[in-house]
Amino acid sequence: MVSLVLILISSLFFVGIIVKVKAKIAARRMPPILQPVYDAIRLFKKGAVYSRTTSVVFKIAPLIYFASALVATLFVPIGSFGAFLSFEGDFVFFAYLMGLGKFMMIVSAMDTGSGFEGMGANRESLYSMLVEPAFFILMGSVALFTNNISFHDLFLNFNVDTNLSYIIGIASIYVLVFITMVENSRMPVDDPKTHLELTMVHEVMVLDNSGFDLALIHVASWLKFSIFGALISNFIIQSSWAVHWQIAAFFGIQVAFSFAVGVLEAFRARNKMEKNPQWILMLSAISVVIFLTVLIITQKIILN
Amino acid sequence: MNIVLFKIAILLTFVLFLLPRKHQYYFGLALHLAIIAITSIWIFNVLALSSTLTLPFIPFLGNTLSIIIDPLSAFFMLVINFTVLTGIIYAKGYLQPYYNKKSKAEMGWHFFNFLWLHISMLLVVIVRDGIAFLMIWEVMSLSSFFLVIFETEKKETIKIGINYLIQMHVGIVFLMVAFIVAFVQTNAEFSFDGLSVYFASHNPFWLFILFFVGFGIKAGFIPLHSWLPHAHPAAPSHVSGVMSGVMIKMGIYGILRVLLYIPHDLFNIGLFILIVSLATGLIGISLAIVQKDSKKILAYSSIENIGIIGTGIGLGVIGIAQNLPALAVLGFGGGILHILNHALFKSLLFYSVGSVYKQTHTRNIEQLGGLIKKMPKTALFFLLGVLAISGLPPFNGFISEFLIYSGIFKSLHAASLYTDIVLMCSFVGLAIIGGLAVFCFTKMFSVMFLGTARSSKVEHAAEVGTPMLIPDFLIGFLIIIIGFIPVIFMRLSASVVVLFSADLSAFQQIIPTLNHISLSSGIFIIIVGLVWLLRAWQQKQHIVKQNATWGCGYSGANPALHQYTAASYADNFVQLSSKIVNVKKSFKDFDEAEIFPQNREFITRSSDVFEDNLITRPGNKLLAWLEKIAIFQTGKIQHYLLYALVFLALIFLLTFFNLI
Repeated sequence: MVSLVLILISSLFFVGIIVKVKAKIAARRMPPILQPVYDAIRLFKKGAVYSRTTSVVFKIAPLIYFASALVATLFVPIGSFGAFLSFEGDFVFFAYLMGLGKFMMIVSAMDTGSGFEGMGANRESLYSMLVEPAFFILMGSVALFTNNISFHDLFLNFNVDTNLSYIIGIASIYVLVFITMVENSRMPVDDPKTHLELTMVHEVMVLDNSGFDLALIHVASWLKFSIFGALISNFIIQSSWAVHWQIAAFFGIQVAFSFAVGVLEAFRARNKMEKNPQWILMLSAISVVIFLTVLIITQKIILN
Repeated sequence: MNIVLFKIAILLTFVLFLLPRKHQYYFGLALHLAIIAITSIWIFNVLALSSTLTLPFIPFLGNTLSIIIDPLSAFFMLVINFTVLTGIIYAKGYLQPYYNKKSKAEMGWHFFNFLWLHISMLLVVIVRDGIAFLMIWEVMSLSSFFLVIFETEKKETIKIGINYLIQMHVGIVFLMVAFIVAFVQTNAEFSFDGLSVYFASHNPFWLFILFFVGFGIKAGFIPLHSWLPHAHPAAPSHVSGVMSGVMIKMGIYGILRVLLYIPHDLFNIGLFILIVSLATGLIGISLAIVQKDSKKILAYSSIENIGIIGTGIGLGVIGIAQNLPALAVLGFGGGILHILNHALFKSLLFYSVGSVYKQTHTRNIEQLGGLIKKMPKTALFFLLGVLAISGLPPFNGFISEFLIYSGIFKSLHAASLYTDIVLMCSFVGLAIIGGLAVFCFTKMFSVMFLGTARSSKVEHAAEVGTPMLIPDFLIGFLIIIIGFIPVIFMRLSASVVVLFSADLSAFQQIIPTLNHISLSSGIFIIIVGLVWLLRAWQQKQHIVKQNATWGCGYSGANPALHQYTAASYADNFVQLSSKIVNVKKSFKDFDEAEIFPQNREFITRSSDVFEDNLITRPGNKLLAWLEKIAIFQTGKIQHYLLYALVFLALIFLLTFFNLI
């Protein structure tokens, strides 16, 4: 329960920090840290415009997308704070639930009958398909390493036996950071601030969403950032630390992560669209390296 | 008592031909129901007591042929009965337009074969005697052949039917050889039970491969699958639903049955099944993505799902071989549950596609679009089906895939290095298959049902009548129940799994997990419901408008033409996997001097690499060769007499030198 609250709190300022950092680097005036929240509140207060082409699928999709992100939050622990829900193999449910949300967003984009949105939907479905193996290999490696298969136990036992876990931790964080970027359609896969529909992925999919629905989609994307930030923090936070240190570390890592995302987005250009698949597959390759490292550490591969 | 009724029901099928046309359907339905009722009693007894039921059936070759129902048979009978039931209910509406075109005998023949497909599938899973099994296997192939060529007036259909028939016979030759090899080498009885003698004393791998090829042709493992993408589109939808839903699973049944008799050297067999299955899953779904024919997409996706089932079974076998009970139990459990799950959502999808075909007379998804407004119920059932088949929670496809995943992840730590690498490849494979399935079915659903109509064929479409929706309700109900309360179906799966692996403790451990999944799914649905209510309340207080889709400020475009098409949706995937999917594009480029371009055509087509290289090309070579041989057929009686003389002389010479 504590971890749920912590993740929800951190989700409020995550995107705000990214925007702030980007503004600072570009020498613009910085918006307030809660600006995205104000924007969302404004959207929540607005009416909506629906395309005449759309059907019930378009109306239900943002709800499912939001609910899938929210329920996914329930599975994420932080340090010694248990997740709201935890069972063996919960990360499979977690990944597939996110998949459900994406599935609905993809079909809802196709529901508008717009060529632009079709393009975005198509790219999103390809990228999310490509990034899935990386997440599974990563979780499989950690599962093999700790002999546990739920988020909670997995992270609880991660840093216990051997300091070699830090090797895996660093590589895992690297992979997770970029999985986050792909999942949230940010740089270097997609540029949320581009002004041309043809070059967008996620933003173009939600062109026809407005009002309440759009706000839900924004909130879901904050949640996703925060969830992955929490997963990353778990590789660092140790359950043996004092409780207040764990909380402090969690927020510290979230701030650092959002800061890093801001810096990354400010300085890096988006990949060429056709290079994206290769770039995403690279994450799987790194995950395989992690898997092999785990095999060595657990002495299944015996080196002499 | 029951067995007598069962025999009477079988005999009564012949009465179909005597009845007037309007009674044939109801008579057939009654017989199906009778058979289902009779067999359900057996199924219930076997599954409730986890026992084996042996009943004398008919005198056969001097002995009594018994039917033996163990939990494995009972499980398959359950799947068969349910799918055939939905199929026959659906058939009423689907066959309506054909009543005027087809004669009484043709309709009778169709229902007769549908009945016999049902009966033969039931008998396949309960007969153990080798000869009887092969005969019934043949009856099953024949009856499904006649069902496939229902639209006999189309030349293409006949061709596809013959192709199917030939491939099935290649399959049965492998099975026959396998049985004979076992029989000759051991002199045990010519039956499945006799195999145990062979497997106890011989290396099981090669004989298993023979069986695997024979059964694999039916199941559609790649590269033995090439009949499937042709036969399913050619057959009427209720037939394709049943064929894809259960008939191809008879191949899986055969493989499972043979596996039951193999006591040792299982690792290589498991690895073989696993590799073939993962390849089947990946290639099947990749090929599904590039198809335009809605039924072909579903056919290739059946191949993919056979791959998932096979992956579960392969992992289960490896689990037994490596003494990893969690992998064995959950691998088999997931695979077996997926048999039921796939039967459910695949028949649902075939029925929905059939309804769309009935209303629009096209299977080309590029000509569809916007059907959700014309056929809302069919569209929603189709959405349910595609969500389930993509393995997404909270529906049934997720549960079986989840079982396989948890079997893998639980065993990673205990497994050896070699097994670990195999396990990693399998979960990566499963994850990619899952992602590709999402890709494939988002495309299929959205191109068929969403957006605007792409051709005038959609204009006159209307929702199908209630009788055609009844099967959808039945299946949809089960899909949701299995997804939300999987625990009750675990018992079903467990009673089969126990035949393979006695240590069911992994099943006990998975039950609380599944309860958690139910809980999580429940929370998910409640949140969706709450947010829905919240939005309804919010939107009541604000203005909600309808307007055109955003087109960058330009509203003069033709919405039907500016949509994403199936081909363009698949394009970026095609670029990644051009070697497998083999898509050819043909179009004329624009000249530089061409200021006012003329109308252009753009054609893409894909062909199945495996079919091309394994069936079509060798077939054509053989044909060319045979044509050369045809010079002997001169039509002159003198030449034929000469051939006979040469033959006699040859025989004489060979005998003279003691060569024969």
